[in-house]
Amino acid sequence: MLDHIDLIKLIFGRLTWDAIPYQEPILLFTFIGVAIGGLAVLSLITYFRLWGVLWRDWITSIDHKKIGIMYVILGLVMLLRGFADALMMRAQQALSFGDSAGFLPPHHYDQVFTAHGVIMIFFVAMPLVTGLMNFVVPLQIGARDVAFPFLNNFSFWMTTFGGGLVMVSLFVGEFARTGWLAYPPLSGILSSPDVGVDYYIWSLQIAGVGTLLSGINLIATIVKMRAPGMTMMKMPVFTWTALCTNVLIVAAFPVLTAVLGMLSLDRLVGTNFFTNDMGGNAMMYVNLIWIWGHPEVYILILPAFGIFSEVVSTFCSKRLFGYTSMVYATVVITILSYLVWLHHFFTMGSGASVNSFFGITTMIISIPTGAKIFNWLFTMYRGRIRFELPMLWTIGFMITFVIGGMTGVLLAVPSADFVLHNSLFLIAHFHNVIIGGVVFGMFAGINYWFPKAFGYKLDTFWGRCSFWFWTVGFYVAFMPLYLLGLMGVTRRLSHFEDPSLQIWFQIAAFGAVLIALGIASLIIQLVVSYQRRESLRDTTGDPWGGRTLEWSTSSPPPVYNFAFTPKVYDTDAWADMKSNAYARPLEGFLAIHMPKNTGAGFIIAAFCAITGFALIWQMWLLAGLGFASVLAAIIIHTFNYNRDFYIPEGEVVRTENERTRLLESHV
Amino acid sequence: MSDTIISSNGAMNAVPSSRFYVREHHPENGTMLGFWLYLMSDCLVFACLFATYAVLGRNYAGGPTGAELFDLPLVAVNTSLLLLSSITYGFAMLEMQDKRQRNTLIWLAITGILGACFIGFELTEFAHLIHEGNGPQRSGFLTSFFALVATHGLHVSFGIVWLVTLMTQVGKHGLTPENRRRLMCLSMFWHFLDVVWIGVFTFVYLMGVLP
Repeated sequence: MLDHIDLIKLIFGRLTWDAIPYQEPILLFTFIGVAIGGLAVLSLITYFRLWGVLWRDWITSIDHKKIGIMYVILGLVMLLRGFADALMMRAQQALSFGDSAGFLPPHHYDQVFTAHGVIMIFFVAMPLVTGLMNFVVPLQIGARDVAFPFLNNFSFWMTTFGGGLVMVSLFVGEFARTGWLAYPPLSGILSSPDVGVDYYIWSLQIAGVGTLLSGINLIATIVKMRAPGMTMMKMPVFTWTALCTNVLIVAAFPVLTAVLGMLSLDRLVGTNFFTNDMGGNAMMYVNLIWIWGHPEVYILILPAFGIFSEVVSTFCSKRLFGYTSMVYATVVITILSYLVWLHHFFTMGSGASVNSFFGITTMIISIPTGAKIFNWLFTMYRGRIRFELPMLWTIGFMITFVIGGMTGVLLAVPSADFVLHNSLFLIAHFHNVIIGGVVFGMFAGINYWFPKAFGYKLDTFWGRCSFWFWTVGFYVAFMPLYLLGLMGVTRRLSHFEDPSLQIWFQIAAFGAVLIALGIASLIIQLVVSYQRRESLRDTTGDPWGGRTLEWSTSSPPPVYNFAFTPKVYDTDAWADMKSNAYARPLEGFLAIHMPKNTGAGFIIAAFCAITGFALIWQMWLLAGLGFASVLAAIIIHTFNYNRDFYIPEGEVVRTENERTRLLESHV
Repeated sequence: MSDTIISSNGAMNAVPSSRFYVREHHPENGTMLGFWLYLMSDCLVFACLFATYAVLGRNYAGGPTGAELFDLPLVAVNTSLLLLSSITYGFAMLEMQDKRQRNTLIWLAITGILGACFIGFELTEFAHLIHEGNGPQRSGFLTSFFALVATHGLHVSFGIVWLVTLMTQVGKHGLTPENRRRLMCLSMFWHFLDVVWIGVFTFVYLMGVLP
């Protein structure tokens, strides 16, 4: 018996040289590009001797501000990958008509649309949302860090290593060909025997743990660490939306973990959760994954709503209209988002009563959302509106999102959904709300809080270019898809026979090119702003005339955020302080208690990624070693009792005096 | 005492804007809330497994039913072992409150042994089922049964690893505030697993043998 255990198989599992796709020119050239780019970055870091700085100040940092910035960088980098997939799909669909097969073979095209969806949701939208929440929430509530700083660092690295696994699948093996939710039986072992679905499962499991822990962390932060006087109904709206989003994360992500665990058992062990025979039930998967999946879209959009609320009230220089109704609308959306999951599969055949229930709950969600739109409009009404970049994105959002919301209500009618289900109309709808809502919201947030994070504003000209390319590009790319959907074109097709459809796909492809220009403008904006940083410098800490506590400290804030914890009397705490002649304290500073940096988060997450890779390729020896290392690393970390230190009084005094000088020199 | 503080900070208090900050602020520790949130998220994992069992639990695929497979007396003994371990953990916590380190460790050790016995019985049951050809691959019913019960067992096993780690740490550093907090967390975890097991025993085993 023992002779049959092949040592090579035990070590390498399914991994052979055939897994490297060197026969595919697109992947080969991408790999060469990535390798050259990666080597260039690595050698630059070595040349400038930045490894120590990188490790000490960033990788092991438990500072919520740095972790937030790293999340946003992760999101923007992955946006380039996800958008490259989008361009390939648009090009393929524009070219592949009649005799032309386009440039992507079906098995590659299927991986591209799966990777596009997975990357855009899990590794672009989620890191951007989590990053902004991480950076902003402690500052807005007057805290010095999050409740569990180490866990925060660990969460970030789990998300990053999960994303790393998706990237590895590009060059070692392949990614899933199942669509972004990997429905069985297609994702079962019979239809997808390759490693693609395993990459999907393990990258999401690892990133999912990170997301869940960061959700717990931020709830505990918001509930326990608010500045004195900040009651729940005095919290900034962004903090409220962050709280609701994190409640959704904690209530939704365990379902994803469970359902993906079951899918991997079906694939690895041969159990019968979702199989067609032996008493399995594939619809159980579809139900469970959407019980996670529908709250997920609200996890993404609620913080965007919060950002728009902050932006509108700041740039109209007045209190947000209907704060209380805004809070209640957010809470109602949080609850309702759990009662609508079935609208993703009305065609399952649950019967008229069940479909009506879920159709009606879906339509009801438009009421609190509509209330929010009116609140923003009434805030703008008779406000002194300043059309800075965050405000542009907000106005772009309000128009675009209303259109997307209305097509959503159309889709909520079960009988209409039977026609539109899985059509390009649906694709146009959710891109309409995700681009017009989440992406615009994140750009508004990045432009709004960038000066707080780095101490200088972003360049306006290139920001405007980015805004107009994105907005126009979005309409050109997705309005044709609404039409095509109404004509009955279904999603995920790589080839078409009817030549009359081609013009619409070509228009859509042109729209994607415009969006590409929008992304290019964003990158140029970042570079130009860095070069012009002296003229864009924010010396006051309050470049926009802000209303919430993050604008009361310096830009960028000191490590400890606030020398003294602010005391809050009003919803717009900083506006209240300014109008009551608040004078910044200049003396009496104390030593500040802070958590210490640690490399444990990075190391444990790296072991998790190795274990995940081993499980994907069924390298049982490595998987066992990896798992043992994870366990050992966690236990060793718990033996470290020396986790905090005091920033000495002298250093606090120095930092604060520097700010005093800076403020005086720019009166 | 308070008088001296006021007089030494008199100059600060004279500034009117000092009403907008506090000199020293110690926010509450969030560990207990955070751990509760984790437990509730874990509870949802179990909820999914229970729901799956509810959907698949009668899909026998021509195989054996719960009534044919379950050895209720064995499971009852096992259940009482686990419930007993919750009580002994409670005793450990009482000793911890009275700062008696040795007694705390003894009760923790008894808890760990009871947990290990529970796992031992469970593994015996699993080995028996698999040996008879009734492994998790046999039917939807057995798939969901094994998934639910084994996930619980896995939790208990991690709980034991945690318990041993924590006993070492208490032995090394004593009942420090950190260690007391950790013991509280493990206590919640241990009782939580008991509550889940009561659900498993009722819905899977007791209702499983009903005709």
